[in-house]
Parts: sequence; C-alpha cells; structure tokens
Amino acid sequence: MLKSFACHQSPEVKEAVLDNNKNNTASAVPGPLHIYEENLAKGEFKIQQCKDCGQHVFYPRYLCHHCGSTDLKWVAVSGRGSVYSTSVVRQRPEKGGDYNLSLIDLEEGPRMLSRVIDVAPDEVTIGMEVSAHVGMINDLPAVVFYNKEQGNKEW
Amino acid sequence: MVDSLRGSAAVVGVGLTEFGRLPDRTHMEIMADAISKAIADAGINKNEIDGIFSANFVEMLTPLTVAEYLGINPTYMDGTNTGGSVFVNSMQSAAAALSLGLCNVALICYGSNSATGPFTHPPAMHTVEDVYRPRNPISPYALAAKRHMHEFGTTKEQLAEVAVSARAWAQLNPAATMRDPLTIEDVVNARMIVDPLGLLDCCLVSDGGAAMIMVRKDRAKDFPKQPVYMLGVGSRTDHNLISCMPDLTTTAAKESAAAAFAMAGVTPKDIDVVELYDAFTINTILFLEDMGFCEKGEGGSFVSNGNIAPGGSLPVNTNGGGLSCVHPGMYGMFLMIEAVQQLRAECGDRQIKGAKLAACNGNGGFLASQVTAVFGTEETL
Ligand SMILES: [Zn+2]
Repeated sequence: MLKSFACHQSPEVKEAVLDNNKNNTASAVPGPLHIYEENLAKGEFKIQQCKDCGQHVFYPRYLCHHCGSTDLKWVAVSGRGSVYSTSVVRQRPEKGGDYNLSLIDLEEGPRMLSRVIDVAPDEVTIGMEVSAHVGMINDLPAVVFYNKEQGNKEW
Repeated sequence: MVDSLRGSAAVVGVGLTEFGRLPDRTHMEIMADAISKAIADAGINKNEIDGIFSANFVEMLTPLTVAEYLGINPTYMDGTNTGGSVFVNSMQSAAAALSLGLCNVALICYGSNSATGPFTHPPAMHTVEDVYRPRNPISPYALAAKRHMHEFGTTKEQLAEVAVSARAWAQLNPAATMRDPLTIEDVVNARMIVDPLGLLDCCLVSDGGAAMIMVRKDRAKDFPKQPVYMLGVGSRTDHNLISCMPDLTTTAAKESAAAAFAMAGVTPKDIDVVELYDAFTINTILFLEDMGFCEKGEGGSFVSNGNIAPGGSLPVNTNGGGLSCVHPGMYGMFLMIEAVQQLRAECGDRQIKGAKLAACNGNGGFLASQVTAVFGTEETL
C-alpha cells in the first residue's frame, strides 16, 4: 500500500486523537487494492468486471472508469495476453542485473505493467504471446508473465 | 461562457538564474534569484505582485512559502502540480485569474537544486506497479519509444537526431550547460539506461530557476519591455500511470495543441519557433507529430538531416532544451521564457529573425499532462 501522510501530527498525538475517537469507526470494508493484494497472496490473479457495462477494470478501483458504475465484481482472468511494449532496465550485475519491464495487454482488455521472466530481458518482443502467473519479485507476490513459446507454464 | 482568453494577458517580465551546479543554495533561494530578475525585467516593485503560481517536487504549500519569502499578501494563489507541464498550466490559470480580476500582477515561478541538493526519491506511484521496479521516469518513455519504433520504424539514429539538434542550438546559447560537439554516433553508442533510451537520450539534471510576470492586456504596454501576448492555451491529460495511457504513440498534446491553436486562430504552419518539453528524445518526435507539425509516425524522418537544428525548416528548442541547456526537475517554465525571449528578439546568435509566433508544449508526469501555449507579438493580436 502507498504510505499515508499523517499531516504534521506526531505518532503519539495521532494515537491519542484516534483513541479519543475510537467509537467513531466507520465500516471496516477493505478497499479494492487490499482485496487484490489478498488474492495475490493466495496465489490468485483476479481483476474486476463491471456488472453494468461488462467491461473489465484494472487496476482495482471503487468505480468503473468506463461507465462510472460502482457495481463491480471480482473475476478470474484467462491469463492470456500479449506484449504491447517492452524495455530492459539496465542494472549492474552486483545489483541484480538487467531485467525486463513490459506492458501486457490482457485478453480481457486491461493493460498492465509487468515483466516477462522466462526469456532474456532483451529478447522479449512486441506482440509476443504470454501467460500470467502469480510469482514473487523481491519477496512480494506479483503477477508475472511467461512466453507461450517457451512452454514453461500452462497456457 | 466568458470571452476567449486570446490576447487577454501578456508576459511583461522574465527571469532566469544561471544553470548547472549552483551549490549551497536552497530551491527557494534559487527561485528568489529568478524572481528578483523577473521583477527587475518588468520594472515593478515586488509589492505589486498579487497572484502567485508555483509548484515543485520538494515541498507542499509552495505559494505560501513564496509569498512569505517575498513579504507579500497575494489575493490569488495556485499550487496545482501536474508535473513539469505545470507552469504552462499555471500560465492558463494566471490568464484566467487576471481576466476575472482575481489578481492584477501574476508571478509564475520555479527553482530547484536538483543537481547539488540532497537526492530525494520520488514518492511511490502505485502498489500494483512498484513491485516491478520501473526506473521512473525513464521506463515509461522507453516503453513509448519502443512502441513508436515498432509501429512506425523510428530508429535509434532518428532519436539521436533530436539530441544532436538540441546540442547544436545549445552551442549558440552561452547560458546552456552542454555546449561540446555531439554526433549521432555519440548518442547511439552511449551507455544504455532503459532500452531503447541511452544516457544521451535523457535530459540533464540541473540546478536552476525561472520566473515570469503576467498582467492583463490593458496594462501590457505600461512596462519597459515589449509585451508578449498569450494567444492560445490548451490543457489535457489522459492517464497518470503509463499502463493507463490509451496509446503510447499519441499523447494528449494532440488535443491540447488543437485547443491552443484554435484559440489563437493559427495553424502549425504559421508558427515561427517551437519549444517542446524534451525530457527524452522521443518526446520531441511525439509532440511534433501530435501538435501537427508533421504526420503521425513521420516524426523520426521529420527531425532527421538537421531539420529542427539551426538552419533547418523548423526551429525547435532553440535554447538547447532539457537535453542540452537546463533541466532542473520540472522544465516547463523554461519553454515559455525561451519563447518570450525569441519574440522579444533577445536571443543573440540563436535568434529566429522576425519571429512573431511561438508555440510551447509542456509535458508532465509520464507523457500524462500536456499543456500547449501559443504566444505572439503585438502585431499578431
Ligand atoms: Zn462499467
């Protein structure tokens, strides 16, 4: 989650103010980003679909950015997609070496930033067919993509 | 619906600091240097300023800091932040505020010690993307460059032409930071940062400040320098994260420029000099296409063979741009000041003779905010 900005209150003052207001708790429903991350932690890649216009929504939002409806549901995706654009972030080997950074167009419509991880970073090409799987990057769960041609993952 | 803002306000003062490394100064001190120069250029007292438009990456509440520092009590303040485009956006807001009488003397200002000051990491963008460690801001521009190459056959050499042209202009500008000769081979062979962008496809990191003073048209001739009028302006955005940009080869400058040219009542072929936010070489190609100086996809060939360099058919980034003149984090101010100085015929060796109309395009975020402005001399009103 993005770090929140607690104005200029010290942690102690913030705690005292919140403690004084503890009966004011509003609904404890988690936000869509939290739900997305919880799904990823379970190994599931789910995105939202609008019940009104039928279009898919990614990144996770409170409302459909196509039609404005707030009636969204979580759905599993096919995982199939293709590379819209790609680049290589150059990095010294001792810092972990070069890595791929790509924009992937999901079959369902949304585009996402990710990495294609089973071919050399500079051998990823625009139009390459890829499939999504939940993996780990720097100890955090993340959707990463595998090239169809390599046959490393189910398609 | 109010009357058009066309010609409603004019720039009557500009100020630039030195560029490059200005050690041991805060961003506010650098900004104050630029403000002092703009005040002197306009021949006013600082107490006449009653509108402040300012934003940067290192503090909140910038307009309050500026007001306090100058010891003034403004009637109108705007601290909007749309990234590096914001000052062109501020110019639109200033023209509107002046037009409505919310202020009478507007100051737009920026200062940065991004070269010698403490390095501050930009705040995280988004939980969904940060995990992939995009090297922002370079990665999004690299992805756009790659897609442009794929769709239109744009080459590394054509990207390099942009940097080489900027350097040729910088060689005519004594204030520019980078004035050594530069070749296509130098740019193409430079160390790769994020493919396909190498080190010399990327803008400078500078200390520097810039300030501009605007007034309503009715007062424009009451100042020592020849006024430069705002003829048109347009502001658009279509994403913040690069994954949400609808088409990586077409920016919102297509719409912002169309709006600015429509307000001004001119077309790209009428423009004498063009100042574009060249954070990376791909920017210049994208904006020339989107603004209508050439067809979509033809930007690479348009910038080739010195066509935007001194002596070419279209003078672009005549100060040397963010690539070779100055780039202190947020560059939008410098576009407008170069345009104003060209229209005042103050540019020495790089002066475009008889320039009457200038177009600027500010870029903010990752190709996200586009703000286009058209400026003109008295006779273009
Ligand atoms: Zn919808």
